Amino acid sequence: MTIELEHAASQTPVGRTATLVRSEPASNDVVDDALRRQLSTTTAEQRFELAGCWIAAAALSWLVCARLMPWDGTVVFVLVTFVVGVTLIAVITSLDAGRPEVSDRLVSTVVHSAALLVGVALASTIIFVLVQGFGGMVHVNTWVDDMSGVGPRDPLDRGGIAHAIVGSLIEIGIAVAVTIPLGIGTAIYMTEIGGRFATIVRTIVEAMTALPSIVAGLFIYTTLIVGLGMPRSGLAAAMALSVMMLPIIARASDVVLRVVPGNLREASLALGASRWRTVWHIVLPTARPGLATAVILGVARGIGETSPVLLTSGTAAFMVTDPTDGVMNSLPLFIFSTVRSGEPLYIDRAYAAAAILLLLVLILFVSARLLARPRKGSR
Amino acid sequence: MSTTLRSALPDAELDEPRELSTAPTGSDRVFVIGTRSIAATVLVITGAIGVFLALSAVPTIQHYGLGFFTETQWQPESDTLGIAAVLLGTFTVALVALLFAFPVALLTALYIAEYAPTRLRPTLISLIDLMAAVPSIIYGLWGFVLLQPHASAIALWLHQHLGWIPFFRVDADPDAAVWEQTRYTASAFIAGLAVAMMVMPMACAVMRQVFSQAPPGEREAAFALGATHWGVIKTVVLPFGKGGIIGGTMLGLGRALGETIAVVLIISPAFDLKLKPLEVGTNTISALIAGRFGEATSLQLQALLTAGFVLFVITLGINTLAAMIVTRSRSGAGAEA
Repeated sequence: MTIELEHAASQTPVGRTATLVRSEPASNDVVDDALRRQLSTTTAEQRFELAGCWIAAAALSWLVCARLMPWDGTVVFVLVTFVVGVTLIAVITSLDAGRPEVSDRLVSTVVHSAALLVGVALASTIIFVLVQGFGGMVHVNTWVDDMSGVGPRDPLDRGGIAHAIVGSLIEIGIAVAVTIPLGIGTAIYMTEIGGRFATIVRTIVEAMTALPSIVAGLFIYTTLIVGLGMPRSGLAAAMALSVMMLPIIARASDVVLRVVPGNLREASLALGASRWRTVWHIVLPTARPGLATAVILGVARGIGETSPVLLTSGTAAFMVTDPTDGVMNSLPLFIFSTVRSGEPLYIDRAYAAAAILLLLVLILFVSARLLARPRKGSR
Repeated sequence: MSTTLRSALPDAELDEPRELSTAPTGSDRVFVIGTRSIAATVLVITGAIGVFLALSAVPTIQHYGLGFFTETQWQPESDTLGIAAVLLGTFTVALVALLFAFPVALLTALYIAEYAPTRLRPTLISLIDLMAAVPSIIYGLWGFVLLQPHASAIALWLHQHLGWIPFFRVDADPDAAVWEQTRYTASAFIAGLAVAMMVMPMACAVMRQVFSQAPPGEREAAFALGATHWGVIKTVVLPFGKGGIIGGTMLGLGRALGETIAVVLIISPAFDLKLKPLEVGTNTISALIAGRFGEATSLQLQALLTAGFVLFVITLGINTLAAMIVTRSRSGAGAEA
């Protein structure tokens, strides 16, 4: 606290200009980050204290885990280090500072540790899947062959998961072909036309985003497969995915269309354009990056969803390209059915499929981010 | 000088307002009708699901009575079906997930909104979104293979040291020479950890968005009064973001209740009415559906649909409440989940 005050005093002119720039910001104004003065400054002493605390914590934790108590394992070591480290920081800080600063340092430590934990969790997930799946992914046949006639003991250079990749792409393709016109059309109706009926539609669509994906699958299973006697097929799976994705895409597009500035619409209408031309030439192009992001994120959600597919598509070990022609496999389903088989080589194939699925999602995600980028400047 | 007032020209006519037509043009009419019919289609499809699920409850209740909600066993052989145990299991898994996801989401959201270097912020936001986009089966694999050994060791430790609390009890000897690891695996605790990975990014994204909207004037007033960083967070950011914190957590809870595949991969199904998350065996509504739909007769299918309907109603209620809290609170402006 004292340090911050001194710091501010020594830089009064800078501080004053910065204050003038930011004078009376409207409550929702976003102040340009470049204009902000960096408020959190640490001295060299504080940094040394911090480093010292963590080194001491690691050493003490090793003593506790390896010499005093019968606790082994990295998780326990990390936990003990964390507890000891936080305690040490509290003690060291309280030597030369008051309570506000001690709690400030403690919270800062905990917050940074939590962020680190999340980073480790995400990295461990991605690295774990990619490393485990690497053995299967290096074989070309994994990408081009199917599993027909391949037994559990056959090595990884026989058979592959092309049928699951193709199945996933076909199913998601049909689902996208169904949901994009319906979802975006509904969103256009809700934002551009409005009225009481639109309110009802919006309420129902928002409610249906709460539908658990397995219930969507069970609905299609009961109506189409049990009720209408349709065979388990890629088409049924695509329908289940559509039912699940439709509210998600409609709602996300609705949110995107609502932020299109109203004066653009009014300008267009004032120039004599019809409502239809306004939507087609003004609203949709303005919202295009946002719509693309909404759709791609919906697709990423759909392609990785196992539960609706589990109930509706059946599993095929061979390549199926006709979605109406009986059972079909897909990547999540292939992973789910092989990973529990207990056969080590099957499990390796499941990891390869998981790695490919993860790569697909990553590609979709990165393209969504790249498409969304131009919006930054215009909004 | 005299002015001659000129009367209106003899042949001038009175100005008449031009006829203004508000009738839509042909293409507009097509546009309105077209989008309205699309919206009606979507309304019918989505509404049909809700109605269909609700109707499926009728034969179930007629056949099994209200005991359907209190019966714990699911034994199609003896025609005893009930969802009490799975309902409790669903909430146990979701509770464990939230127990871990909530503090981590809150702290991570604070880190991104308050502590992270400005230049790093967009990247971190993208990473959290990416985490939300990772398929649930991958988190299931991660929990099943990578997490399970460590988590069961932690479960043993909790049992040894906190076993006197009923919540941490496991039916096994904690101090056995060779610990019965199988009693500590495939539990609601481990399933909850995997679900937490899916819930955390959702909750974190909502919280972060709300924190970043904290009024700059109040923040800087607090700094100017000499508050520490934590002081500003405690007095400005957290009170402002309260709605977002609650709303984000509840949205995560809605997701946690409906999660299927990660749970199915990890748990071993059991139909006991117990609150022992560390012990092997539990079940959730979605795992029940995934496990039992195949051999179900039409009446059992109705019962599964009813279970799904119960799950849907719970999720819907929680999501609606979350949306209301986020929009009603001060922090609601523009927070889209």
